[in-house]
Amino acid sequence: MGSEFVTLSLVPMTIGVLAAIACALPGNFLILRREALIGDAISHVVLPGIVAAFLLTGTVTSGPMLLGAAGAAVLAVVLIEAVKHLGRIEPGAAMGVVFTALFAGGVLLLEQSDTSGVHLDVEHALMGNLESLIWFDGTGWASLLDPAALATLPHELWRIAAACLVIALLTVVFWRPLALSTFDESFAASVGVPTRAMGLGLVITAALAAVAAFDAVGSIIVIAMFICPPATARLMTNRLGRQVLWSIAIAALSAVLGYVAAGYGPLWLGSDHAVSAAGMIATVSGILLAIACLCAPHRRRVGEAAATP
Amino acid sequence: METFLAALTLQAGYNAALVAVGAALLGLAAGAGGTFLFLRKRALVSDAVAHATLPGICLAFIAMASLGEDGRSLPGLLAGSAVTAVLGLLAVQWMVSRTRLAEDAAIGAVLSVFFGLGVVLLTVIQNLDTGRQAGLEGFLLGSTAGMLFEDAVIVAAGGGLVALLAYLLHRPMIIVAFDPDYAAASGIDVRRMDLAMMGLVTAVTVVGLKIVGLVLVVALLIIPPVTARFWTERASAVAPIAGLLGALAGYTGAALSASAPALPTGPVIVLVATAFFLVSLFVAPARGVLARLLAHRRFEARVHRRQGLLALSRAEPIHDRLTLAILSREGLIRPDGEPTEAGEREAARARHDERRWAVIRRQHQHTAQSERYDGLTPITEVLTPDEIAAVDREIAGAAPGGAA
Repeated sequence: MGSEFVTLSLVPMTIGVLAAIACALPGNFLILRREALIGDAISHVVLPGIVAAFLLTGTVTSGPMLLGAAGAAVLAVVLIEAVKHLGRIEPGAAMGVVFTALFAGGVLLLEQSDTSGVHLDVEHALMGNLESLIWFDGTGWASLLDPAALATLPHELWRIAAACLVIALLTVVFWRPLALSTFDESFAASVGVPTRAMGLGLVITAALAAVAAFDAVGSIIVIAMFICPPATARLMTNRLGRQVLWSIAIAALSAVLGYVAAGYGPLWLGSDHAVSAAGMIATVSGILLAIACLCAPHRRRVGEAAATP
Repeated sequence: METFLAALTLQAGYNAALVAVGAALLGLAAGAGGTFLFLRKRALVSDAVAHATLPGICLAFIAMASLGEDGRSLPGLLAGSAVTAVLGLLAVQWMVSRTRLAEDAAIGAVLSVFFGLGVVLLTVIQNLDTGRQAGLEGFLLGSTAGMLFEDAVIVAAGGGLVALLAYLLHRPMIIVAFDPDYAAASGIDVRRMDLAMMGLVTAVTVVGLKIVGLVLVVALLIIPPVTARFWTERASAVAPIAGLLGALAGYTGAALSASAPALPTGPVIVLVATAFFLVSLFVAPARGVLARLLAHRRFEARVHRRQGLLALSRAEPIHDRLTLAILSREGLIRPDGEPTEAGEREAARARHDERRWAVIRRQHQHTAQSERYDGLTPITEVLTPDEIAAVDREIAGAAPGGAA
């Protein structure tokens, strides 16, 4: 745990943890509302969003990219609603139609346009490049107190930190109306909670998390963190507050364990190449979920516990 | 354009022709198989199955490479993908039945975790000495350019196989998809049919890996059935129409993709299917948006016509513009709003029908019929001429005393 750790691993690990938490927070409400796959849809349409932004502006700077991705996410949500109502199609199928069509459009645009000069490709969008976010000037733990070195921290770190903070604040501020409209929509509406706005706001927050996290960690982590930590937490407790805290802890644990396993695991096994950190974080979150499915205290449906031995 | 036409008529080379035929057969099987998923409201389960193929592909590559074989052998990779696809499917079903997690959460968890594991294995393969040119990334989005002849044959044969499978299973599956209880009562093992349905979906996914890729193969299973639903109200017709649409999308998409560089097969096929969807959403005669809009308009016109006629019969002034427009278009009123001769006749008839309805609704024996009173159904559709005559006699009998 010396200077090499600070240079190579501290920043990616922190980004991984922040991205995981940012996604897990809205994920809690998404899985309770049975909208878990909205996260899946959003993370697929991020690609067409950034491709469109690149084609319009001609640059790969983060501002337009973020706007493009956020725009695509909102567009996808609107289109899903439109297909659902215009065609009277069940939500799952409507989602499947919209996100595959948009994703296919994004891939085609990408292949058709000349992006050879810039770092923009499908695999990067899916897998991220967590490992490459190296802090060159972070030469040791002392660098954390050195303003000159701090100024050279990868900008992805600040972006995901800001997004995580905003999402945490939104969760706290809208806690009551969000919880009410999640558990009992008609009661929430009767006491004056704008349930439709809550639903839309949740989806937009999820899109914000997906977009901020995607650049650093890729789509897989985004989907995995939307779903696995909250699902694990759901099996641990019946109380929403505790579930959210559990999900934060599990998300952070997945990110740290996954990053360490990807970076150092192969070394311990005698190979000198690291494996994908993003993939490993998703895998670890899945292992944690599997453990919870086998032995978490609240893994069964209410009333089932007594019936099955 | 010329190359596109050449590809459409299978003249763009042996491999391209095989791929186009394979894509058409795959689309046929996917459209038909996806119909059952869609009708069972489980469309997105296929997304979990598709993403769960990635670790299988990678493990098969590693296994074959470490045995000294060619790791890129397509049959081996597809066999590996099928193994983890089934594992992913079982994981979804296990989570739904054994824990309190809903199906959407189980799908998302399996999809992302299996895919994440696959990405880890991809990086392992990149670090192997033999893995540098593995080209496994082609399975993400499909790649048919520069395909080996043997692989093209496998793709075409696989397409044929899944199409055959879909055909053999379609009858019991339709029954199960629409009415599981009836299916169970008529001796069909619903659980086994569900299993067969998922088997078909897995087979379609595995065959589709090389053509459309694992990220997009789910589109072939979802978009054609959703599109077909717009064209028919008949349950048994959805699957064949979906199969046809899928085959068309597969064939045209593959041909388009073969006709120009930088047109990847998978996305092009999906976009062709999406184009069919968009057209159908708006213009399909059975359930399209336009058809529903027109039906609504016709209904509205009938309501206004009747209300206008009743107003005429009571000599009340009509103010509603739409009512006036409809009546004058049919020549029932003059420009000044007074009824024409035909208008008088129609108004009297509407009035008379209204009196008949009043009698029917008063009489007990007509309960079933009187429930059909919505002001629009013609009385001749509800009662026989004899019954109408009886009603008329009653009106005539009551008229002297009552307020006619």
